[in-house]
Amino acid sequence: MSVKTYDAGVKEYRDMYWTPDYVPLDTDLLACFKCTGQPGVPREEVAAAVAAESSTGTWSTVWSELLTDMEYYKGRAYRIEDVPGDSESFYAFIAYPIDLFEEGSIVNVLTSLVGNVFGFKALRHLRLEDIRFPIAYVKTCMGPPNGIQVERDKMNKYGRPLLGATIKPKLGLSAKNYGRAVYEALRGGLDFTKDDENVNSQPFMRWQNRFEFVGEAIQSAQQETGERKGHYLNVTAATPEDMYERAEFAKECGVPIIMHDFLTGGFTANTGLARWCRKNGVLLHIHRAMHAVIDRHPKHGIHFRVLAKCLRLSGGDHLHTGTVVGKLEGDRASTLGYVDLLRESFVPEDRSRGVFFDQDWGSMPGVFAVASGGIHVWHMPALVTIFGDDSVLQFGGGTQGHPWGNAAGAAANRVAVEACVKARNEGRELEKESREIMTEAARHSPELAVAMETWKEIKFEFDTVDKLDVS
Amino acid sequence: MPFQSVQGDYQTKQTLETFGFLPPLTQDEIYDQIAYIIAQGWTPAIEHVHPSNSMKDYWTMWKLPFFGETELANVVNELESCHRAYPDHHVRLTGYDNYTQSQGSCFVVFQGRG
Repeated sequence: MSVKTYDAGVKEYRDMYWTPDYVPLDTDLLACFKCTGQPGVPREEVAAAVAAESSTGTWSTVWSELLTDMEYYKGRAYRIEDVPGDSESFYAFIAYPIDLFEEGSIVNVLTSLVGNVFGFKALRHLRLEDIRFPIAYVKTCMGPPNGIQVERDKMNKYGRPLLGATIKPKLGLSAKNYGRAVYEALRGGLDFTKDDENVNSQPFMRWQNRFEFVGEAIQSAQQETGERKGHYLNVTAATPEDMYERAEFAKECGVPIIMHDFLTGGFTANTGLARWCRKNGVLLHIHRAMHAVIDRHPKHGIHFRVLAKCLRLSGGDHLHTGTVVGKLEGDRASTLGYVDLLRESFVPEDRSRGVFFDQDWGSMPGVFAVASGGIHVWHMPALVTIFGDDSVLQFGGGTQGHPWGNAAGAAANRVAVEACVKARNEGRELEKESREIMTEAARHSPELAVAMETWKEIKFEFDTVDKLDVS
Repeated sequence: MPFQSVQGDYQTKQTLETFGFLPPLTQDEIYDQIAYIIAQGWTPAIEHVHPSNSMKDYWTMWKLPFFGETELANVVNELESCHRAYPDHHVRLTGYDNYTQSQGSCFVVFQGRG
């Protein structure tokens, strides 16, 4: 029997969507937004508006609401917190019932949570800081096609970070010359080389030619070194059909890993490609072009930890995370937070790392953290300390800028990473003793000695724009 | 001076994955790595193979992995026994991590002559 009556008009959002007594369910999807309202709008009203506009609500009451059970489907703002050191913004915590979202669809989750609500006039800024995906939802997503453990087994790499390099110059090489650069870096001791993100299939190098020459470069390097090698062939393309065609051909060329740009390519393409990779036993490297547009402003957009979680659910075996020490932006504690979120099976709430919720991943495989951008041998001790073994350390200029060329540059990096791992296992403190460890290693490696001399003065010390909120 | 004369020529090396780019480990250095494997709670295990088959996934196990082994000396003795039994073979030490179902560590201790 119906007990409600239709009362047309505009109600305050908080009457329906601000529920401070609500205890979130284990199956709820929880979100934390940093909200900056227009002057004079009460916090509860802003939080309730965000909950409403990102779930069931609209600005006016409509009669058809009475045909369903809105109490079951609505999102609820259940908590408000101060942002440390910031009086104009606050955190709003919102709980969404799991039935608001299609199973296994990150696309659907984001369309709700970061959809229209971000343009809402009553807000000056809005930033999605974190999402707690309930384990019930996690289990509907496939996640990484292979994961860290499977990749180590396939590539036969144990007990150390993997090494890579992005082939430079990023644009303009012919396919054969490009394959040469790959071959040189791999024979010198790297595990992987990588297409730059904007290498797709341009007039100077069409994709079929690149795939064939790179395939030969990998086979030669494997035979000559006795180690397993790979190159991330970028299959990001204008259409999904083109993307799959390139993925199939990469597999035919015997290349063990392909690559995709998950933000410019989109989550639909990414999730589809991840499934293809699972089915075909191919590893998937994920680049993150466009992320800084979305995640760098401290008060507006989506924090990268949310994009990282979404990628783990959508599927990828590697994800770029920044380097902390190199040329690109990245706060150390915050980076450690989302590196954990990529790799661990359970990550507890830890505000000092920007993690707002416990996150249970269940049996979902982990993703390698990729540190790439403006790093060189002198950074190695810090990188091994920060990122640990389950990472890919990528030295582009730091390999190919070696005065003797790619192979010597690769060898220098390989000697450096092994020296650091060995010293760490011996119980030495890498960051404190970095100079001694590197100098000792260089005594047996002229390639490393030259690299250390070449890059001894290069540092990237600028203040971080997006800092964690701490009191 | 022409720039070529100060450049080194990098010769490709045949290597055996982790620690392949370091000089051969001394006995003390090998002990340190074994101690690390034991301290992590991993299970030490020994495998060997003829150098012509070094790229295969499966090398031959020397006995079973040493479950519950905490004595460094016992692992060292087994490594040496394996090397004596197969002097031409590569001998590697693995630390099996049953939590990640992976190998936390794996490196070649004795290189066979092929």
